[in-house]
Order: sequence, then C-alpha cells, then structure tokens
Amino acid sequence: MGPWRRGTLIDVSKDTADKLGIKARFLLQHGGEAAGRFTLDVDLELPGSGITTVFGESGSGKTSLLRCLAGLAQPHDGKLSVHGETWFDASTNLPTWQRPLGYVFQEASLFPHLSAGDNLAYAVRRARPPVDPAQHQRILDIMGIERLLDRAPAGLSGGERQRVAIARALLANPRLLLMDEPLASLDRGRRLEILPYLERLRSELQLPVIYVSHDLQEVSRLADYAVVLAAGSVLAAGPAQSVFSRLDLSIARDSEAGVVLSGKLIDSDPAWQLSRIAVAGGELWVPALTASANEPGTEVRLRILARDVSLTAKPHDDNSILNRLRVEVLEVAEEAEQPMALVRLACGSDHLLARVTRKSIHHLQVHPGQALWAQIKTAAVVS
Amino acid sequence: MMLSAEDFGALWLTLRLATTVTLVLLLLGTPIALWLARTRSAWREPVAAIVALPLVLPPTVLGFYLLIAMGPEGPVGALTEALGLGLLPFTFWGLVVASSLYSMPFVVQPIYNAIAAMGERPLEVAATLRASPWDAFFTVVLPMARPGFITAAVLGFAHTVGEFGVVLMIGGNIPDETRVASVQMYDHVEALAYSQAHGLAAVMLAFSFIVLFSLLRFQRSGGPLAARHVD
Repeated sequence: MGPWRRGTLIDVSKDTADKLGIKARFLLQHGGEAAGRFTLDVDLELPGSGITTVFGESGSGKTSLLRCLAGLAQPHDGKLSVHGETWFDASTNLPTWQRPLGYVFQEASLFPHLSAGDNLAYAVRRARPPVDPAQHQRILDIMGIERLLDRAPAGLSGGERQRVAIARALLANPRLLLMDEPLASLDRGRRLEILPYLERLRSELQLPVIYVSHDLQEVSRLADYAVVLAAGSVLAAGPAQSVFSRLDLSIARDSEAGVVLSGKLIDSDPAWQLSRIAVAGGELWVPALTASANEPGTEVRLRILARDVSLTAKPHDDNSILNRLRVEVLEVAEEAEQPMALVRLACGSDHLLARVTRKSIHHLQVHPGQALWAQIKTAAVVS
Repeated sequence: MMLSAEDFGALWLTLRLATTVTLVLLLLGTPIALWLARTRSAWREPVAAIVALPLVLPPTVLGFYLLIAMGPEGPVGALTEALGLGLLPFTFWGLVVASSLYSMPFVVQPIYNAIAAMGERPLEVAATLRASPWDAFFTVVLPMARPGFITAAVLGFAHTVGEFGVVLMIGGNIPDETRVASVQMYDHVEALAYSQAHGLAAVMLAFSFIVLFSLLRFQRSGGPLAARHVD
C-alpha cells in the first residue's frame, strides 16, 4: 500500500461528475484456512445518481463491497473513483474520514453518550460544507424525527434509532450514501414504516445511494440500478428492470419476483377511486393515489409481481381484470417436474415477468417473438 | 496518636508521587491499551505479557533490575547521565519511573477493557462522519470509555500509594525525596514507635477505604476487581 494522500479532485460540474459515476474494482481476501476463505472480486461501474441496490445471500460479499467503498476494509488490489475523484488505487488510499460519504450501518449505531440531536450535531459540525438550513429541515421532515431530538438513543425504538441514523448520515452532506441492510434489524412493521422514507430520499434528494439488502421486496421497490452478488462475484449488474426480469437468476423464482415500472399519472377517476397511469407499453389503472400526489404528470413507480401477471392470446374484456397490456414474448423458462414457468415479456420499452403454469405455456404455444396480451391483476404503487 | 512533621512529609511525598505516576500512566497507558485492543500484530501477546509482569513479579525483583538498569553501569543510567539528568536511583524521579512500571497493569487493564467492550463500530461510525482519528479519540473513545479511565486512575493511584518493595530497592529512605508513607511506617515499627505507627496506619487505612468505596459507588454494578479484570 502506498502512502496515504488526498484524492485528486477533478474540477467538473455536478452533472458531468454524476455521469462519471462510480467505478469500483476490488480484490479482497480474508479468513484463514479454518474460517473458510472468502474472496470478493468485483469490477463495477455504477451510475452517479439514483439508488443502486446490491442484492445477495448472506456471505455473498455485499457488506464487504460496501466496506471497501467506505474505506473501512482495505482491498488488496483495486481502484475506486467516485464522480471522477480517486478514492483508492495502487498509490492512493483516502482514509474513511476524508471520503465524502454517508454510511448507515445494519444495527443502530448512534453514539450512546449523545442524545439523538447531538448525534445529528456531530455530523453537522464535521460536514464540509454543512447542508444548508433548508436542506437540514427537509432531512428532519423526511425522516420525521424532529420530536425525538432530546431523547437518548436508549430511549428510542429500533425504527426511530434507524431513522435518526439515516438523518445523521444525510446531514454529513455526503456525495455518496452507503446503506448496509438498514432495515434488517427491524421487524416487518418497522420496515414498512421506514421504506416510504427511503423512497422519499430518491424523489427529494439528489444523492447517489448504494443500498445493500438480501430482501427482494426491499431492493425491487427501491432499485434504479441493481447488482446481484453471489460468493463474492457479480452475477448480474444493470438497470433494475432488466436485472430483476432475468430468468436465469434465482431471484426470478422467488415468490416476490417482479419488476418495477415507472409511469406518469394521467388522471384520476373519483367515482371508482382509481388513477390512470401511463407506462411505456400503455395505460394501467391503480387504486387512486393520495390527494397529495394527485397532480397529472406526477411520476410514480409501480411494482408488478410475476405471479399477478397472466397471458391471453386475445384481449378479453369479459373478466374482472382491468389492466391489459400488449406484450411480446422474449424468453420462456420452464423446468421439468415444476408446475410453473416464467415468461419474460417486452412491453414497450419495459420488461415484465409472468409466472404461469407450464400447461398454459403449452396450450398457448408460447414462444419468443409471439405477440400476446398480459393481464395484470394488481399493480402496487410503490412511490 | 499525633503525626510528626516527618509523617506529614512522608504523606505529602506519597501524594505527589502517586499523582505524578497516575498522570504519567494515563498518558503512557492509554496508547498501549488502544494498541492492545486494536492490533492484530504478532507482538500483541509479548507486549501484553510484559505489561502484566508486575502483577506476578515480586516488587523487590523488579526494583532490583531497575536499580541495575538505572545505575551508573546500566543502560538507562548511561542515558540519563548523557542527557545531563544524573542518576535516577534514590531520587524522586527514579521512584516515578519505577512506580510507573510497577503500577502499569492496573492502569492499562481497565482502559483496555473499556475500549475492547466498546468495539470497533463507534470508531467506524465516527470515521464515516468525517471525524479524524484524534477527533474520534476525544469525542468518542474518551467519553464512551470514561468509566474505564476513572477506574484506571483510581487503581493506579491507590496501587502506587501502597507500594513498598520497589521503593525500598530504588529509593531507599531519604526524607522528602524518597521516604514515602509506607517506608516511614516501616521505620516506626523498626524503632518500636508503635503509637506513631498507629497514626500513620490509620490514615492509610482510611484513605484506602475511601478510595475503594468511591470506586464501588461509581461503578455500582459489581466490584472493579471482580468485574474489571479480564481474559
């Protein structure tokens, strides 16, 4: 390892910097013979904005990757540049405290000797430059923690602690936010409580986020860009929709498998309490959006699970299913001895996944290139 | 049961010695404890063993080696003479050096325990919040490990007050220079001045009790000696 020196900051505008993105190549080995050797060997180019999720089983190297990005673990070899600034290479190793990042740890990591407010102040005092007062207030609002500031960490619930920890990481004014399974230590109720806060991060703060999780529901709700790790290697990396609709990954067989489509609100029908959303391949009806997000043109994200999509050859309107999109079959995956098969569909520029029985595949003679109609039973608005 | 001027001199010297040694040990012991708690070096065990050596070594043995080392023929003696400091044996500063070595484990151990119990995570968090290592030491390690530092200071101080063997070997018995309370006490008994000895003994007993009582009050749960001594 060469001597530590400051990374070189190339003077570029923020837009250009975002386009430069994050280039990360790491080779990291740890564990002795007895403990079982683990090798992380990745070479990634991640976008400089939006939420990138890193998904994988425990032991796949997700946390190691995040720790290498933060400088908390030292790779044996590699290169890391963020927005054109070199943080790590053969001659540079910016120590963690000089990297403009925010890190949210898996378990509550508030300083126990400081109140929630003082934990935030700890970050604000050291932020270079500190976030402006309006942004500061917005972070408190998004996380909904203003009334908790006087309390000691020990007096907060797990969900509250994690919200304070996320706010603290944001108040450090990072140029990159790293989150290591921030919801894993919480029960399901708390998780559902925090997810909307994280979704607001995407829409309200311009900050690249790398989000590690082994929960498919979490990552597919949040991801703009997705990385799948297995045994320390990259199994897949790309725009979220193309990764999550891939049939060759085990995630497609998960009962929660599905894709997230982005769309725009066209209008709402108060009589039926429904909203009409334009997506790349057509229009979808969903339960009416809340009044606050009811402006036509509002961007929404819809999550469509593979198990909620069925296929027909003709557009029937004699059944209860409201949503029907014209699709083209891209790929069929069926395994012998299994009742269900997976079909990847193109729908405009979007991809959809459908889980249908193998019997239906044969009955409809489903094959790549075939034009079909996808009937969508439920589309959940996720943000 | 009146204390003589010499008794007061001995008590005052003891207080000065213990205070100096405590400060020296907090300054020296903290980096050693930090290093022991965080290093993965192969030197960790040898260093830990050397630090703990005074726990098992007879004080006279330690004193003997120090006397040789700090004497005119010893390496430390040669160094101090070259630096124009003269020879350390039979001086106050000789006692400070010897007592610091002798009381080292009582200071390093509690600080080490507190830092080890704290774990790496708070330091990692501080680093992700842009705290430099020094900044993190003063704003995270010191406040979080505060009970360990207080235990270390109290034990280091009390242990220095109570030492006898090392002082005799290194310091001898020079009034206001090396004649500490425990030596003065020994002299009284040698001279069969039992009533003088009673006075001094009572002061030492009361002092020791107050120190331990305050420490237990401070730590509430469990005794420092039971709970704080480690692996």
